[in-house]
Amino acid sequence: MSPELIDLFYLIAAVLFIFGLKGLSHPRTAVRGNLLGSAGMLLAIVVTLLDRRIVSFEVIVAGIVVGALVGVILAYKVSMTSMPQVVAVFNGFGGGASALAVGAALEEALRGGFVEEISVQFTVAAALSALIGGVSFTGSAVAFGKLQGLINDKPILIAGRHVLNGVLVMICLGLSIWLVLDGTSSLSFWILAGVASLLGIMLVIPIGGADMPVVIALLNSYSGVAAAGHGWVLNNSVLIIAGSLVGAAGFILTALMCRAMNRSLVNVMFAGVGATVATIEESEDIYAGRVKAASAEEVAMLLQDARRVIIVPGYGMAVAQAQFVVQDLAELLESKGVEVDFAIHPVAGRMPGHMNVLLAEANIPYQKLKDMDEINPAFRQTDVVLVIGANDVVNPLARESDPSIPIAGMPILDVDQARSVVIVKRSLSPGFSGIANPLFAADNALMLFGDAKQVAMDLMTAVKEVA
Amino acid sequence: MEVFVAALTIFVLALFVGFEVITKVPPLLHTPLMSGANAISGITLVGTLVTSGVQLTTFTTILGFLAVAMATANVVGGFLVTHRMLEMFRRKD
Repeated sequence: MSPELIDLFYLIAAVLFIFGLKGLSHPRTAVRGNLLGSAGMLLAIVVTLLDRRIVSFEVIVAGIVVGALVGVILAYKVSMTSMPQVVAVFNGFGGGASALAVGAALEEALRGGFVEEISVQFTVAAALSALIGGVSFTGSAVAFGKLQGLINDKPILIAGRHVLNGVLVMICLGLSIWLVLDGTSSLSFWILAGVASLLGIMLVIPIGGADMPVVIALLNSYSGVAAAGHGWVLNNSVLIIAGSLVGAAGFILTALMCRAMNRSLVNVMFAGVGATVATIEESEDIYAGRVKAASAEEVAMLLQDARRVIIVPGYGMAVAQAQFVVQDLAELLESKGVEVDFAIHPVAGRMPGHMNVLLAEANIPYQKLKDMDEINPAFRQTDVVLVIGANDVVNPLARESDPSIPIAGMPILDVDQARSVVIVKRSLSPGFSGIANPLFAADNALMLFGDAKQVAMDLMTAVKEVA
Repeated sequence: MEVFVAALTIFVLALFVGFEVITKVPPLLHTPLMSGANAISGITLVGTLVTSGVQLTTFTTILGFLAVAMATANVVGGFLVTHRMLEMFRRKD
């Protein structure tokens, strides 16, 4: 095949990627969009395999078989709750693959005596791939460990980490310059990849579990940039286009998550939020004598008389695997003429949009899943809000401007404006931000203590009995 | 230098397309967006195929094999898991 023909096929693949992402603008067109995207990928791969530059197939076929097997197993075995881990793993694979491939290209050029092929463009992009590939490989691995519970998901704060990270960044810069100036040795490339891998660990380890949505989105955008850098090395347009699409997606989601917490990216990455927990005295000042606990029967009566109910699910609900029972409860209430909706905060769950997937898995129609801006005006006309396993996203302290409050200025779901709020929670313990929640002591609030799944089942029974 | 600028041009224009297309994805589908975009970033497989086909030494063969396997897992797994999620949204349409 002529290079022009190959480039034309790559162009078609790139167009398919764009149509694929465009399809994701609505659930109805999303499945088709994803298929278009994968068709684009298949086309790009087949065309590349047919490309005359590829001499030997054995290793490629072996690699594809092993990789596909791992991919299929992961994709079908994973539970929806652990989706963030899986995306982290795939992301790490992508980043690692890109660094290894560029390393292979560099070695081939050096050992094969094509040193004249090593242009400045090549070395600049190789440095970029080593840096980003290394960071996203180990960063994703740490994110996976934290989400999977293999590593403590609290921020791990190492003394002097900012200085240490600064030094690592300087070393990376130095090595990159070395690689660009002297393309006749691959030593700088491999040291750079190693130091970048260390940096990836150092950057993610001080970040708390609930901030992982931001980390994963950011790492995703890195792997896009790595792919684009890779495209620069090889002068390959489809790599550049696909890489920048992914870079943009990751970047937009990162910005969105940060805005939903009213925190800067710098704050998420470096502040170690979640390491401190409210003192007992502080919490007692707020809660003393004002928290009302209710029984499932009392709450069932409230629900029975309600015309409109909004359920606010948090990650605690997913951890308790209560979404299926909650869906049954919602259906039961609807059969009694109660209007039930779900209010989804942008940072609910462990990755952007995670809660929507968890609820869709429980067969809740997506039309009932309302995002924050859409649902907030409705709380005033709502009789009962059921908060299940959520905390910080309904904490009215977020409306304060006191900078000592970690969640100050974060947009929240205005559940306190409803007639009554029922909070299903195991205890009064604080959420990720580590601060107490005055909502629990509000006049219109009732606490329903217990495990989310058990409580939802008790509520089902109680609602049936009331009727 | 010419090639570099041409590549940069493609990169910047594609970024703009990306921003336009992706800002239209509703929060409802942000997780599939992320896993789908992640699968697309597995396009590095194409780059790996180009470079791993030559295999001058054992070392580069191993590198090539690892890179192809990891990139394939990223592509295949990414698209499949996205498909699985999107089917859940379609079920109740």
